[in-house]
Amino acid sequence: MTNLNNLTVKQAGHGLSAAEFTSVDLTKACLKRIEERNKEINAFITVCYDSALEDAKIADGLIREGEASPLTGIPFAVKDAICTAGVRSTGSAKILDNYIPPFDASVIKKIRAQGGVLLGKNNCDAFGHGASNENSMYGPVRNPHDVSKVAGGSSGGSAAAVADNMCIYAIAEDTGGSIRQPASFCGVVGIRPSYGRNSRYGIMPMGSSLDTVGPITKTVYDAALIMQNIAGRDSLDATTVDADVPPYSEEIEKNLKGKTIGMPREYFESDALDEEVRKIVLSKIEKLKDLGCKIKEVSLPHTKYAIAVYYIIVPCEDSSNLGRLDGIRYGMRAAADDLFGVYANSRAQGFPEEVKRRILIGTYALSAGYYDAYYKKAQTVRTLIKKDFEDVFKKVSALITPTSPFPAFGIGEKNQDHIRS
Amino acid sequence: MGISIEEVKKIAGLARIRLTPDEEKRHAETISAVLDYMKILNELDTQGVGQTYQVTGLRNIVREDVARECEIKKELLAQMPKIKENELAVPAVFADQEENV
Repeated sequence: MTNLNNLTVKQAGHGLSAAEFTSVDLTKACLKRIEERNKEINAFITVCYDSALEDAKIADGLIREGEASPLTGIPFAVKDAICTAGVRSTGSAKILDNYIPPFDASVIKKIRAQGGVLLGKNNCDAFGHGASNENSMYGPVRNPHDVSKVAGGSSGGSAAAVADNMCIYAIAEDTGGSIRQPASFCGVVGIRPSYGRNSRYGIMPMGSSLDTVGPITKTVYDAALIMQNIAGRDSLDATTVDADVPPYSEEIEKNLKGKTIGMPREYFESDALDEEVRKIVLSKIEKLKDLGCKIKEVSLPHTKYAIAVYYIIVPCEDSSNLGRLDGIRYGMRAAADDLFGVYANSRAQGFPEEVKRRILIGTYALSAGYYDAYYKKAQTVRTLIKKDFEDVFKKVSALITPTSPFPAFGIGEKNQDHIRS
Repeated sequence: MGISIEEVKKIAGLARIRLTPDEEKRHAETISAVLDYMKILNELDTQGVGQTYQVTGLRNIVREDVARECEIKKELLAQMPKIKENELAVPAVFADQEENV
C-alpha cells in the first residue's frame, strides 16, 4: 500500500469507510510527513500534533457508528489567514503571533462538524499580501518540486503542503490569484469560487469585495467534493448567495461534447507568457478539441488594466480592514508613551514591509483629493473589465487560460517587483 | 505622479504606522513607482461608466434583530493584551490622564 498521506480525499474516504485503515493511521502518516519535511518546506506555521490525533479518534468513533460524512476523519490543513477555533492563527504576521481565535471560520466549522481532522496552519504571505509567499514574517515557503523556487502566493504553504503530501487537502483564500497561482506553481488543483458562493466569515479580510475561500487539492474530483461540502449561504456573511449547491462531484462527470470554450486573445498574446507555459496550455486546448469542445478565440480588451485596478481596490479595502489590528483588543500590544504610540508601534513591529506598503497606498488613494483619481477611477474600470467577461460569456461556456504567465521563479528573484510579487 | 517623503510621513501618521527614516525613503520610492504604474488607467475614457462596488446584486440583507448570549466571553478575554477586573484595559485616551491600567 502506498503511504496513506499520499491519498486523495476520494481514496482516503473509501479506505476509511471500508475500514482498510483508521483516521488515526491517516493522521499519523500526515503528521510524520510534516515532521520530516516542514523544516525545509516551511509550509506550516503551527502543527496540531496532539489535537489532530484527538480529532482523529473522535472521527474513528463516528465512522464505526456509521455516522460518517464525506469529510469525516480526513486530515486537512488551513491557510493561517483563516480563523480556527483554539488553534493559533497568525495570518503570517507577528501582530497576531499569539492570537488563538475563539471561533471557527464558517467553512472550517462545516468541515470540523463533519469530523474533519485539522492538522495545522499553513504559512502564507502576511494577510494574503503577495504572490510568492516571501512576504511572510515566518519565512518563505519552498516549492517541494525544487526548493530553490517559490511556492507561489499568497497561499503558498497550502499548495506546498498538498503537493508534498503533508495533508490530504487544504482550505485557502483567493483575492487576486492566491489559490490558483500557488496551486499552479506547485502542480496541484486550486479553485477560486465565484464571489458569494462560500462564506467569508472568519477569514482575515484583505479586499472584502474580492476575497473568496476555496480548496487546494490533489485532483479535480476532490476540489468538487470539498466545494459541495463548504458552499452555500451563511447568515454570518451577508454577501453569500442563497442559491442551491449542486453536487459538483457528479457534475464534473458530465460530457463536454459540444461546449464552446473561449480562448482570450490577450492572455496568449502577452509578451510575459513563457513559451513552455504556452505550449502546455495549447496542448490542453487540443485535448478539449478531442473531447468534442469547440474552441473560439475571444477578446477581453481591458485585460491590461486589471493589475492597476487590483492594486488600487485591494489596498484601499485592505487599509480599512487592517485598521482593526491596532494592539488594543487582541494580538500584540507594543510599549509606548501614549495611545498614538501604542497604535503606531504595534503596527510598526507587527506588520511586514509589504503590509505597510499596501496600507500606505490604500490610505493615500482614499485620502481627500485623491479619491476620484484612484479609487473611483479603479471602480469604474472594474465595470469595464466585468463587462468584458459578461460579453464573452454570452458566446462561450468557459474560458481556458494559463493560470500564471510563468512557472515558479527563484526565491529572492522578484523581490524588487512590488506589483508582480 | 510621485509621492514625497513628507507625504509618506503624513499618510503613515493617518495609518498609525511608525516608520524609520529608511522606511520612509523606501516607501516614497516604491509607492511612487506603483502610482506611476496606475497612470495606465488614464488611457481610458470612463465618462458615463458606473462604478462596480459589488458583484452579487444582493441588497439589504438583514437578519432578525435578536439579542444572543455570547458563549465565548472567557476565550475572548483570554485574547486581550491586558485585562483588569474582567475588562479590557486600554491606554489613556487623553494626554493629561493617568494611564488607567
